[in-house]
Amino acid sequence: MTGLLTPELLSNIGKTSAPQREVVTRRDIRKYAIATNNRQRKYLDGDQAPPMFHVALFWDVVELDALTPDGVSIDSLLPKFPLEKAMAGGLKIEYLKPIQPGDWLTATRTLTDIYEKSGRSGALIFYEIVMDVRNDDGELVIREKTTRILR
Amino acid sequence: MKVLVGDQLPTREHDVSNVQLMLYNAALWNGHRIHFDEPYAKEVEGYAGLVIAGPLIGDWLNQCVEAWLGDAGCLLSIEYSNRAACYVGEVVTVGGQVTSTDQGLLTIEVFAQNAAGDVLAPGVATARLVG
Repeated sequence: MTGLLTPELLSNIGKTSAPQREVVTRRDIRKYAIATNNRQRKYLDGDQAPPMFHVALFWDVVELDALTPDGVSIDSLLPKFPLEKAMAGGLKIEYLKPIQPGDWLTATRTLTDIYEKSGRSGALIFYEIVMDVRNDDGELVIREKTTRILR
Repeated sequence: MKVLVGDQLPTREHDVSNVQLMLYNAALWNGHRIHFDEPYAKEVEGYAGLVIAGPLIGDWLNQCVEAWLGDAGCLLSIEYSNRAACYVGEVVTVGGQVTSTDQGLLTIEVFAQNAAGDVLAPGVATARLVG
């Protein structure tokens, strides 16, 4: 008997965030490339964005009072789950088009699935979020699927 | 570039300082204390030190593949998970191995591990050889 996933919780499946539109700058690319210790000159100079730059571009820039005391910002896409301890999740990223300074990109996040499984030490809740990043022509530039596990 | 199944990617060691880790999280707007507030990370959350952010390790996996590909190919995808924490002061080694080649479509197993050999983040990347 599971029963951790109430109909109310499951009704969150399909929920999407408001689209987030950002411009790619050389400066932001350089900061990210340097901070990740990338060695490729094209990234260090900001000519092109390295893989995973979208993580920095679309991280939620929240105001200070939206941070918990430990500095975490709450993801408004997520409902409150009955299990709260986050375990290792996974990330899958598809890179469809290169990203350059001056590009305007729009990210939309969707909570695509919530399910449960029994682990060795008890019940586990899984949830999946897909983030699609498109350019102003509507072309998919990045697709990122995040899976998180709660126990 | 001739690629064979079993080819090992050059490994790279990452030794992150607290300065670099702070700049990385600032570039994101990630204010989580475990990455820059050492007394908090250790005394309140019980970590061994400042926690290296999971996506930073993921970034290194991408870099490992791209550094090896150079201009000979392009990275198509990566899939990985953060399995274990690692801390400022630890050297993280990143590497990979080609597991399939299919008319220029490569599959590469990638990993990040600590000095003890524990796998911190296993993953799989795909890439296409160009030309």
